[in-house]
Amino acid sequence: MIYFDNAATSWPKPPVVIEAMSHFLREVGASPGRSGHRQAVAASRIVYNAREALAQLFNAPDPLRIVFTHNVTEALNLCLQGYLRPGDHLIISSLEHNAVMRPVRALEQQGVEVTSVACSPAGVLDPSDIEAAIRRNTAMIALNHASNVTGALLPVAQVGRIARRHGLIFLVDAAQTAGAYPIDVQADGIDLLAFTGHKSLYGPTGTGGLVIGERVDVNRLSPLKRGGTGSRSEREEQPDFLPDRFESGTLNAVGLAGLGASVRWLMEQGIAAIREHEIALTQELIAGLMEMPNVTVYGPLDAQKQTATVSFNVAGLQPSEVGERLDQEYGILCRVGLHCAPAAHKTMGTFPGGAVRFGLGFFNTIEEVQTALAAVNELTGSVK
Amino acid sequence: MSDNEYTVILVSSTSHAIRLEKVLGSANIACKLVPVPRHLSSDCGVCVRIRRRDRDEALCAIRACQAAFESVCDI
Repeated sequence: MIYFDNAATSWPKPPVVIEAMSHFLREVGASPGRSGHRQAVAASRIVYNAREALAQLFNAPDPLRIVFTHNVTEALNLCLQGYLRPGDHLIISSLEHNAVMRPVRALEQQGVEVTSVACSPAGVLDPSDIEAAIRRNTAMIALNHASNVTGALLPVAQVGRIARRHGLIFLVDAAQTAGAYPIDVQADGIDLLAFTGHKSLYGPTGTGGLVIGERVDVNRLSPLKRGGTGSRSEREEQPDFLPDRFESGTLNAVGLAGLGASVRWLMEQGIAAIREHEIALTQELIAGLMEMPNVTVYGPLDAQKQTATVSFNVAGLQPSEVGERLDQEYGILCRVGLHCAPAAHKTMGTFPGGAVRFGLGFFNTIEEVQTALAAVNELTGSVK
Repeated sequence: MSDNEYTVILVSSTSHAIRLEKVLGSANIACKLVPVPRHLSSDCGVCVRIRRRDRDEALCAIRACQAAFESVCDI
């Protein structure tokens, strides 16, 4: 079996992740932040260590300004629903995932103004188009760091500088890049970094979070949920300090044990080494697909300008048929369709049919890419 | 001061307590996270207990790291 669905969730996970989660369940078990007994404190230490590892990975100065959520979607919703008010203006790109588009469309109904800046069909965004879209009432720029469909990397650092220059809050959706591509929230001018734990960070599902920069007025950012935090229990009002303001309810401590382990493992490997490996895989894949006359490849077509995600179509075959045959006849697992990103597919010109997506990861090999290329080539030959 | 005299540092949350534990550990100051004494606060969380004779050195280390805390009480 060849697993090429890492853009949905990475697999396999590093053994240290499984060991950390197993250790938590066997030896710790308690609820972090609640109770003062040794096991509860041990659970709190594990969660804090995960915050600390993520702060180091993203060069965030304060681990306590990292808020854990259950996935990147929750983190993005917290930012968009929590920060924007009727009459505010928001700028996004045409490559956003529905994790951004759906809350944004709902906010539009409530009076938030939205400008979607068009990217080219290959996924290129001109930062000057972002700057030209800024209005007097613009409050936030929200940008996908990389398309989940084509892997196209967007110019986050350049847009970050624009946001700073205009005093705007800059939200980055790092679902596809956290762990696979270097992210420095300070150097890149990122005020809100939403990340998921289970993709390129190689942690378990059910983990994610938000890095909240110093420029963000925490009192303006309304929590999505309110409830028990284990702190200030004598009060019926939500705490105003981080991370508790945004972390009501019992945390996914076993998941965060795994996430902490995976982030430490990532830093041992080195993001640069991971990126280098994934660039080599992506180059091989793009070059091989482009040699096939009946295959159309989307995106930047340059491994340096994208993540290890590549989408394509085979002339004469529906994406769903390609996906099913790759699975059933070749044991190659990928994702077909619209990838929860209709806006991106409209930008690419593949809406509503969609595409076949190969999401490569650190554990994939050149040999697997070559095997998959041979399989796709056979499929193209089967088209009458 | 005897080794049986303690000071507690009250914090907003267990996360803040863990941070202080790390700061104090780096400064080689012994500390323990314990439930907040009820006569000091009705909070159900933990606080950081140190030996009273380490109090000044501990506060110096904490302030050097700009680590947040709420109050300090001798118990």
